[in-house]
Amino acid sequence: MKWSEFFVTGEPLIYAADVAIVLTIIGIVFVLTYFKKWKWLWDEWLTTVDHKKIGIMYIICAVLMLFRGGVDALLMRAQLTAPNMKFLDAQHYNEIFTTHGTIMILFMAMPFIIGLMNVVVPLQIGARDVAYPYLNALSFWLFFFGAMLFNISFVIGGSPDAGWTAYFPLASNEFSPGVGNNYYAVALQISGIGTLMTGINFLVTILKMRAPGMTLMRMPMFTWTVLITCVIIIFAFPVLTVALALMTFDRLFDTQFFTMANGGMSMLWANLFWIWGHPEVYIVILPSFGIFSEIVSTFARKRLFGYKAMVGSIVGIAFLSFIVWVHHFFTMGAGPAVNSFFSITTMAIAIPTGVKVFNWLFTLRKGKIRFTTAMLWALAFIPNFVIGGVTGVMLAMAAADYQYHNSYFLIAHFHYVLIAGTVFACFAGLHYWYPKMFGHLLNERLGKWTFWLFMIGFNVCFFPMYFLGLMGMTRRMYTYSAGLGWTPLNVVATIGAALMGIGFIVLCYNIYYSARYGERDMTGDPWDGRTLEWATASPPAHYNFPITPEVTDLDAYWVMKKNGNGLEVKEEQLKPIHMPSNSGRPFLISIAFFFAGFGLVFKWFTLAIIAAIFIILGLILRSFDDDDGYYISVDEIKRTERLARKGA
Amino acid sequence: MGANNHHESFPWKHVVGFVLSLVLTFAALWVALSSGLTAKAIIGVIVIFAIIQASLQLFMFMHMTESDSGKIQTINMAYAFFIAIVVVAGSVWTMSFVL
Repeated sequence: MKWSEFFVTGEPLIYAADVAIVLTIIGIVFVLTYFKKWKWLWDEWLTTVDHKKIGIMYIICAVLMLFRGGVDALLMRAQLTAPNMKFLDAQHYNEIFTTHGTIMILFMAMPFIIGLMNVVVPLQIGARDVAYPYLNALSFWLFFFGAMLFNISFVIGGSPDAGWTAYFPLASNEFSPGVGNNYYAVALQISGIGTLMTGINFLVTILKMRAPGMTLMRMPMFTWTVLITCVIIIFAFPVLTVALALMTFDRLFDTQFFTMANGGMSMLWANLFWIWGHPEVYIVILPSFGIFSEIVSTFARKRLFGYKAMVGSIVGIAFLSFIVWVHHFFTMGAGPAVNSFFSITTMAIAIPTGVKVFNWLFTLRKGKIRFTTAMLWALAFIPNFVIGGVTGVMLAMAAADYQYHNSYFLIAHFHYVLIAGTVFACFAGLHYWYPKMFGHLLNERLGKWTFWLFMIGFNVCFFPMYFLGLMGMTRRMYTYSAGLGWTPLNVVATIGAALMGIGFIVLCYNIYYSARYGERDMTGDPWDGRTLEWATASPPAHYNFPITPEVTDLDAYWVMKKNGNGLEVKEEQLKPIHMPSNSGRPFLISIAFFFAGFGLVFKWFTLAIIAAIFIILGLILRSFDDDDGYYISVDEIKRTERLARKGA
Repeated sequence: MGANNHHESFPWKHVVGFVLSLVLTFAALWVALSSGLTAKAIIGVIVIFAIIQASLQLFMFMHMTESDSGKIQTINMAYAFFIAIVVVAGSVWTMSFVL
């Protein structure tokens, strides 16, 4: 292979990105060296097994990926603003919509949600860490290096260009030569392994490590949604693993699972992809529902209305999520029986979802509502998500779907559910739990600017797309002719996208501004919260709770505050706390995964095999590892707790 | 609790499970080699035997229902069966128009 093929060449945008990447790397290395922070980085972050720090790293990556995916989106909107634009050519446009979709779902939405899960769930259930802290670190680093492997594709080797769904036969060697789709197969595989382990980890954590007295029906709603999400992850991700493995064999070793010739069955890819893919959208939406439930209940100062109905509907959605996947390809040509069945199951999902919407509305009813930024996101979520949901039911009608399929109507629908659902939830959760993560609040004034800019921009951007879809504009077209009459609405959509971009910039500025000038949270409970995470200091000591709390009811911390017991730390009750040791191995194993993946992408099998040996070596070393953690002495806990309370 | 008392007495459960497993295995062997049924019927019978034996072992040897989390284990297994059937039978049904 020549160097000119190894690096992507010929595009001024790519050269600019090359320069930016090199400068960023030099900048990071310089800052770390100049301020002598390498050891700090290794000790405090790269080797950590603390769920709060891992959660923060997930969220930082998610925000970076939101930037990357957002730039992709803005490039697409720029190209589509006017007819016959020459800003991007067809190939470049294909690559950009592919990376936009893949990154936004798998490397932005998922890690953002998993990051919040990591920070919040152990605190909410009164635990000191997750069940398998070492595995948690490995999950994060596998996700991180999977995401990095995917992201370098646009400067090294070329981006995948067959859409985020990578449908065969388009994604086969025959129609997509080059390494782009190898990146897709391998990078998703690596980060998918990490996600699967997260699912197992949190399922065990929630089932086994709840504080005494916290029965399943006393769990906070966010924890409930995470529990059910874990079940979906555990059952859905193996399907992706297998499908991606078959894809990898097809692309690297010329097997014929999904090809057109030799008995291959290209549509089976679509089938397997969506058996995973549909549950996947519930993996990102259910925890979002949980986040909104917490926020609505806190800022309406009321117990969540219909807790049991809420739990029932989550379980119902999880069940239904596995029997609707065919609605993604009604037009594939299956018979009326198949399409009718999946049409009905799809519409049925609207029922439990509707139950939840009414529960939030009734929670708000007669509540003393405080309009904080987090609450604004939650309130905006309800009407916007309902628009997305109702158009979803329209798409669910198999016969009508032949008209809507793959048009901008569909684009508008899924952005309305994914942005108004998941992205709003991520921003809401970020504002809500920010003091718990960093010890200071995000500025409310800037937060509200972000909210209004982003929320209005979102509607200006995506609402016109429903009409563009009905006017016949199909997804993934890189340009259109002037006579079609689509120009005005496309201009409007681009303006909306720009507003969302400005909203994101304000959010980033807010993070910087609040770090310097933001209000410090001395109480640990800035919102007058209801669940146990607010019983700890902000940020919590790394052991979370000096004494494991006793739970007597739903909204455990609220009840404690009302009754005035369980809040004091009685020093004579303190006992040494057992905590897991840090380990650098998850980080190193994941680097080995990165090189193994890189070797596979380019079919450099020597590199892949050497890296695989390092992976196996890491696993062997782990199984002979007899470091089972350490104890924090009572004296040290006393010192930490006194310091924390002096602050309060 | 129940599990502790269980260990003191003779492990009837294990013996019954073992014998039934043997019976089912040899029955499957007999059906396949010398029952004279059609190939389709043989596959059907063997699959049924296999399912019975798998669930037998889950209850008799793997103590699925016995621990504190027995309920969760049972729900988990039932859900796993449900998903497996949905994925396999659902795919076959959905893709049947191509075959």
